[in-house]
Amino acid sequence: MNAAALLMPKPQDEDNPDWDSGTAELGHILKPGQLDLSHKVILYLEDITVSFDGFRALNKLSLAIDAGELRCIIGPNGAGKTTMMDVITGKTRPDEGTVFFGQTIDLTRLSEPEIAHIGVGRKFQKPTIFENHTVFENLELAMKTDKRVWRSLFAQLDSAAGDRIAETLQLIRLAAHADRLAGLLSHGQKQWLEIGMLLMQEPKLLLLDEPVAGMTDEETERTGELFLSLAGKHSLVVVEHDMAFVKQLGGKVTVLHEGSLLAEGTLEEVQADARVIEVYLGR
Amino acid sequence: MRTPFLIRLGRSFDARSWQLVGLFAAFALVAVPIMHLVLPPEHPLHLSTYFITLTGKILCYAIVAVAMDLIWGYGGILSLGHGLFFALGGYAFGMYLMRQIGRDGSYQSELPDFMVFLDWKELPWFWAGSDSFLWVALLVLVVPALIAFVFGYFAFRSRIKGVYFSIITQALTYAAMLLFFRNETGFGGNNGFTDFKRILGYSITAPETRVVLFGLSALALIGTLLLARYLVTSKYGRVLTAIRDAESRVMFIGYNPLWYKLFVWTLSAMLCAIAGALYVPQVGIINPSEMSVANSIEIAIWVAVGGRGTLIGPVIGAFIVNLAKSWFTVSFPEYWLFFLGTLFIVATLYLPQGVVGLWFKLRAGFRREGGELAPTTRGAGA
Amino acid sequence: MRTIGLLLCGWLLSASCLAAIDPALLKPLASEDSDTKIAAIAALAQAAPEEALPVLKALADNSLALAGERVVIVDGARALDAASNTEIKPAPVAAEPIGINNRVRRELSAALAALRLFSGERAVRWQAAQEVTLSADAKMLPLLDKALAAETDPEIKTRLQLAHAQASLGSTDAGVRLDAVRTLGDSSDPRVRQLLIPLTEKRGDQWFEPDSAVRAAAGTSIRSIEQRLAWADNLGRAFTGLSLGSILLLAALGLAITYGVMGVINMAHGELLMVGAYSAWAMQSVFRAYLPGALDWYLLAAIPVGFLAAALVGVLMERLVIRHLYGRPLETLLATWGISLFLMQVARTLFGAQNVEVANPVWMAGGIELLPNLMLPWNRIIIVGFSIAVLAAMWAILNLTRLGMFVRAVTQNRPMAGCVGVPTGRVDTLAFGLGAGIAGLGGVALSQIANVGPDMGTGYIVDSFMVVVLGGVGQLAGAVWAALGLGVFTKFLEGWTGAVVAKIVVLVFIIIFIQKRPQGLFALKGRFVES
Repeated sequence: MNAAALLMPKPQDEDNPDWDSGTAELGHILKPGQLDLSHKVILYLEDITVSFDGFRALNKLSLAIDAGELRCIIGPNGAGKTTMMDVITGKTRPDEGTVFFGQTIDLTRLSEPEIAHIGVGRKFQKPTIFENHTVFENLELAMKTDKRVWRSLFAQLDSAAGDRIAETLQLIRLAAHADRLAGLLSHGQKQWLEIGMLLMQEPKLLLLDEPVAGMTDEETERTGELFLSLAGKHSLVVVEHDMAFVKQLGGKVTVLHEGSLLAEGTLEEVQADARVIEVYLGR
Repeated sequence: MRTPFLIRLGRSFDARSWQLVGLFAAFALVAVPIMHLVLPPEHPLHLSTYFITLTGKILCYAIVAVAMDLIWGYGGILSLGHGLFFALGGYAFGMYLMRQIGRDGSYQSELPDFMVFLDWKELPWFWAGSDSFLWVALLVLVVPALIAFVFGYFAFRSRIKGVYFSIITQALTYAAMLLFFRNETGFGGNNGFTDFKRILGYSITAPETRVVLFGLSALALIGTLLLARYLVTSKYGRVLTAIRDAESRVMFIGYNPLWYKLFVWTLSAMLCAIAGALYVPQVGIINPSEMSVANSIEIAIWVAVGGRGTLIGPVIGAFIVNLAKSWFTVSFPEYWLFFLGTLFIVATLYLPQGVVGLWFKLRAGFRREGGELAPTTRGAGA
Repeated sequence: MRTIGLLLCGWLLSASCLAAIDPALLKPLASEDSDTKIAAIAALAQAAPEEALPVLKALADNSLALAGERVVIVDGARALDAASNTEIKPAPVAAEPIGINNRVRRELSAALAALRLFSGERAVRWQAAQEVTLSADAKMLPLLDKALAAETDPEIKTRLQLAHAQASLGSTDAGVRLDAVRTLGDSSDPRVRQLLIPLTEKRGDQWFEPDSAVRAAAGTSIRSIEQRLAWADNLGRAFTGLSLGSILLLAALGLAITYGVMGVINMAHGELLMVGAYSAWAMQSVFRAYLPGALDWYLLAAIPVGFLAAALVGVLMERLVIRHLYGRPLETLLATWGISLFLMQVARTLFGAQNVEVANPVWMAGGIELLPNLMLPWNRIIIVGFSIAVLAAMWAILNLTRLGMFVRAVTQNRPMAGCVGVPTGRVDTLAFGLGAGIAGLGGVALSQIANVGPDMGTGYIVDSFMVVVLGGVGQLAGAVWAALGLGVFTKFLEGWTGAVVAKIVVLVFIIIFIQKRPQGLFALKGRFVES
């Protein structure tokens, strides 16, 4: 079973909009909180400014990610990549500017759990998993379901959920470690586990902060294949320093510098851009 | 196919744990009454009143310890204000006990003695209904829960955690202690409530009453352990420990930690209040010093000594520390603080998992099964 | 004329040059009737202010006697003629002492005070003027007139004018009373206000003061006095608030380093204060035993001793316990609480469970009287100054020395600091020792205004943490503002709620404040905050 099949939206899932009927229609009706992809854009950032004690981490940053796109974001240290993710996921409130998820949902008004709930998944730079839980439990907790207290008190795993976890375990090659404590995994395995948790969330937009840091070349390559299989069905934003990995992913590349957008295009295009060369190589 | 709740509750303990629980219940509910009431005092197996009161008191402390462990050991939230909830439960029930004195007080008035002393003519409004056992039982649960809920809601919403949270809970209980020290607050000021005579019409000092109170404390402890066990083996418990270990990850997979923390925080406060309500009739006094900062921190050391993140640990810890306390304060009062101080230091430096952790470590030494020392979060039967 | 006479007398430098008193004035003093006596005192004081003084003093001391027809002053075995102030030889055989009752004594002391208004010494006159202000009545008016005319010192003169106005209140002339009431409006003495209040009140249905213009003026004067009083009151509160704030600051400064900068939750902080306070007591005992002459200066010796003793305890704590708990704040909290219990019991074992007595040195006694109802005690002023000095020293150490730089480096990035050669372990120990030592200094200061005993630390621990948390962890300036703000806020609140309720309100306020601004007054921002 491949990842794409695993992540196919189920027919009964009403929250999931129809990805194929993307033509902009007039007068379509949305439930509150439902993602509107009528303009084929899943994420808009407009004039985002964030300052910390006078230092501008983001400076009038504008960015748009298309539905189903795989976008790589590169930039030197301090360019604002992590802060941008913080803004999208609700951890940091921007001083100015707006973030829209689809056409209608203003992310700056929502809290982190709400943003996660409507379909934005995030992987941290440093793998963040629950070290005192088993691999299986990590995936169980991440699984898309009703995440309110009362439900969790009486929650039981049904067989469908068990199957989904088993499939994901296969996909991230941790089936043999299902009952091990996650804290005992190797660094690369932890990265995969975190990616697996993200998949269990069934997000529409995945934000991945340096997902292959600390992985072996083979693991990196397999991660790349996984991401490519996810693209199209999901939108992915990957922040990465590893240019070989960016190259493997293909797709559009955005270069950030000092909190603003510096260049955008294919990897070859941005690598040829004089300003990008100056930023990376120095004067 | 959903498994009914009761069956899942039953499965949350393994067979050996159930045997232990049954043994304990049999001892507390059958053996103790016989040994105290039936056996003559000179019989070697006779249990003295001192024993009943002391163990009854420690059973209440053990409930508090388990409640503390739920939020600290599993939720990672160290409260230095749990003495407040314990004392509130005690005060609420103490109101009922004061009213049961009736006209037998020193001033032969319907009003509690301290009110006569303050020259009050009638009961303050919050004493209304305090002569009804049921109303007071409700107060015991609701008042601490409400205070915990409101305080917790604002604190957790503002994402106050770690030491910050500990310090403001400390401030909370300190403020409450100052408030209760005032005579005008209406809870007996310095002296608090004491000189109780009756409970539900029965003499509070009668051996039978003591045995019943002891049995109720034991049942409450068993109930607390069952509930706690169910919680920590449920998905809720797994989310709670996940919040303790990596709160931001929990948020980013869509759980709102606020409600998860608030639930266990309020529940823990209610358990403390129940313990306080059982404690007061057995000890015969409640005063504001129960809300002192030192008392609340002592609760933490019971849990630390016994073993955080296990459920039997806090019970063992409460017994070890309190038995030591009653022995020291009688035999070597001047060394008690040395002992307690050293215990705090040794427990944190050398016993990160408490005596229960030590026990597992020693056993693992024989069997060679490392790695399983981390707090147990999964159901033994799962 | 009399002035010239007085000057002349002063110039001759002789007591016996005083003009003799007319014996007829003296005779009624020996009368059995109190009224006659009182009248005689007034007459005497008015007729010959300078010469009457020894006679009236003698009367007050019960050493005035009647020997036959002559009034004499008995001085041990000797006897002086009251009229001429010369010794009578041989002393009269039978002299009957002249007794006085309380009513006469009251009049007498007022008259004596009035007479001292003519003393040559300024201090005596100033004191007398103050005394007279409160007891002046119409009978003294002529005397006050005289004194006013003779007085050259402006400060005393103002005071006398006040007394004069007060005495004039009893005048039958409404115009005089009106002037008096207006003059009294310049006072800022609460007692003057008491005096004016009856003028605006009714007795039965009769106004106490018949003249409506005087009544209105009295009302205005009362209001202006009250305004001045309120101002002084607020000033006083602000000062006690400032003083409480500086005490809080001293108690919290050490914590600002150990908790604020290093992030170590030291629950034994209160006991470090205690160590400092006991050092002050120990130095006092040492000075009492070996250097009784310099006892007043024991406090200066206590400052370094308190610092070193507390620093030593701090270093031991850090080396033995805290070192092993870095990065585990909740465990640190519990372990240091254990240390605090331990230290408390050590103090109890060594020095007893009772509070020990630490006396203020003489140079800290008394105070500056800014206004009649506003006194700034020296010990408070010195503590405010001391806290400023400690703050400055601490700021200098953290910002100007190499140790300070190391401390800041280690707290910002421990591994990196280690890599560039900062001895992180030693820096931790030294920094903790420094924080503990500063707590010791706080303890020395506290010994001057608070009880010193084994339990004293517990009273400060909550307050200290509140200051640091409210100010914002790691923010020295925040701690200063928080301490002063809390001090002043508490004192103003105490004014209308009482001390206990004020304390509760402050705690609740802090709890609510922390909800709103979890990072304290001076928040750090940025992506490193959460980690």
